[in-house]
Amino acid sequence: MTITEKEQGLIDSFSIYDDWMDKYEYIIELGKDLPLISEDQKTDENIIKGCQSTVWLAAEKREDKIIFTADADAIIAKGIIAILIEVMSNESPDTIINAKLDFLKEIGLQEHLSPTRSNGLVAMVKQMKMYALALKMK
Amino acid sequence: MTLDISAIRKEFPILKTSIGKYPLIYFDNGATAQKPQAVIDCINQYYQAENANIHRGVHHLSQLATEKYEAARGVIKSYINAAHDYEVIFTKGTTDGINLVAQSFGKLLQPGDEILISQMEHHSNIVPWQMIAEERGLQLRYIPINERGELDLTTIDELINNNTKIVAITHISNALGTINPIEEIIEKSHKVGAKVLIDAAQSLQHTTVDVQKIDCDFLVFSGHKIFGPTGVGILYGKEDVLNQMPPYQGGGDMIKTVTLEKTTYNNLPHKFEAGTPNIVGGIGLGKAIEWLSQFDLEAIAQYEQELLDYATEKLLKIEGLKIFGTSAKKCATISFLIDNTHPYDVGTLLNQQGIAVRTGHHCTQPIMDFYKIPGTIRASFSFYNTKEEIDLFIGALNKAVMMLK
Repeated sequence: MTITEKEQGLIDSFSIYDDWMDKYEYIIELGKDLPLISEDQKTDENIIKGCQSTVWLAAEKREDKIIFTADADAIIAKGIIAILIEVMSNESPDTIINAKLDFLKEIGLQEHLSPTRSNGLVAMVKQMKMYALALKMK
Repeated sequence: MTLDISAIRKEFPILKTSIGKYPLIYFDNGATAQKPQAVIDCINQYYQAENANIHRGVHHLSQLATEKYEAARGVIKSYINAAHDYEVIFTKGTTDGINLVAQSFGKLLQPGDEILISQMEHHSNIVPWQMIAEERGLQLRYIPINERGELDLTTIDELINNNTKIVAITHISNALGTINPIEEIIEKSHKVGAKVLIDAAQSLQHTTVDVQKIDCDFLVFSGHKIFGPTGVGILYGKEDVLNQMPPYQGGGDMIKTVTLEKTTYNNLPHKFEAGTPNIVGGIGLGKAIEWLSQFDLEAIAQYEQELLDYATEKLLKIEGLKIFGTSAKKCATISFLIDNTHPYDVGTLLNQQGIAVRTGHHCTQPIMDFYKIPGTIRASFSFYNTKEEIDLFIGALNKAVMMLK
C-alpha cells in the first residue's frame, strides 16, 4: 500500500463517525494496535519533547524502510501516535520526510495540528521526520 | 448585596460562545479571566479616540491619554489601599514585577544573605530568585508544604532568621487554591528586618487586599487575571524601599537628565517605568478594577465559596477521584486526578464537550514533585460561573471517564 492509500483508508474508516465520542473511541481503539516500543527503549532520549503526556518513539531501518515503534502514558496520545505510525511506518525515508499528512484535516484531527497546541501531534510528526532524516544518512 | 449572576454573565460577550454543539464552559479562570464589555469598550475607545503617547506631549490627545493613564494608577492605588499613587508601578504582569524586584532589590544583597520562598510557588516566583541568588551568591531557601497543600510552618522560626533579607510568597496557590497566612509571615519577617513580596496573581480577583493593613513591602499581580487586558500588571512597593532600589531598566521616561557621561534618574513611579508603557493596558486595567469594584467583594467571595463547595462535593462522588489541595482555606480552584486516567486524556475529552480546564503541571513542578504526579486537571472558577455549569462539567467528566476506563 502506498502512503496515499493508507491515508485514504483512515479517511474512510473515520468517515463513519460524525459524533466526536465515536471518533475518540475509535482513536482509543487504534491505540491498542500500536506497535509497542520495547521496554529497554523507553529512555529519556526517546521521549518526544513538547507533549503533555509522555510519548516514547523509536525508529529503525529495515531494507531501506523505516519502522517505528512507540508507546504513551495517555491513551488518546497513544491513539494519535498509532495513527501516524500506521501511515508513516514501513515507508522510505524520503516518503516520510516529504509526507504532507493532509488526511489529518479530513479525519477531523485538525484541531491537534496547530503548532501552539501542547498535545504534541506536531512534535510527533517532527520527531518522525527527524528519525527519517537521520536514518537516511546511515 | 446579592449578586445577579445572570446579569453579570451577560456583560461577558465571550460566554455566549459555542464549542461545536456545546456551550462554552470556561473553568480556566486561574490562567486568565474573561473580559466584561466595559473593558472591551474602554480599549476600543482608547484606540478610536484617545491614542497618543503619554508624559511628553503638550498637545490635547497626549494630555488626555496621560490623564487617563494616571487616573488608572489612582484607581489601582485605591483598590489595594496604597499610601501613594507613586507606589503603584505599571509592569507587564506578575512575572515582570517579580523579576524587577529580584533584579533590583537583589543588587542590595550580599553573599550569604537569604531569600525565602515556598514549595508551592509558581515558577515565576522561583526562577527570578534562583537567577539573582546564583549571580550574587545568595542562599535560596523554601518553606515546605504538607499533604493538604498548605505551608508547613513548623520550621518557620528557623527559616526566617537574621540572614533573611526577602521573603517572596504567594497569597493563593494557582495549582492548589490554598490561601496562605500571609499576615503571620509578614509579621515574622519584619521582626528580623526582612522585606516581604506577596504574589497576588491569584487573589485580587477573589478578595480584597489592603497593602497597608497587611503591611507587605511589595505586592505583584497581573491585569488579565482580574478581568483586564493582557500584558499589563502592577508592582506595589513601599516608597522607602522603592527609593533604596536601583532602576531595573534604562530608557525614556525613567530619567531626569541625561548627558553622554551621566544620567540622573526620575522619581517614583517613573524610575521603574522605562520606555513607552502599555498605555491602553493600564487604562483597561483601571477600568476592569472600577468595574469589579461596583460589586460587593464579600458577596463574590461567598458565592465563589459556594461554587467551590458544590463542585468539591460533586467531584468526590466520582470513583477514584483525588483532590490535591485540601486546605480549609481555599479559593475556588480544584486540582484533581482520577485513578487510571491521564489528565491530558481527560482534558482532551472535556474540550470536546466545550469545557475549558487546565491540564499539566500549572508551572508549579515542585508541587507535582511533592505529590509525585506528572500534573493535574484544574478547574478554576470565577463569579460568572454557575452551579448549572458545574453540573454539566460533572456530566462531561463522567462521560470522559467512561470512555477512558
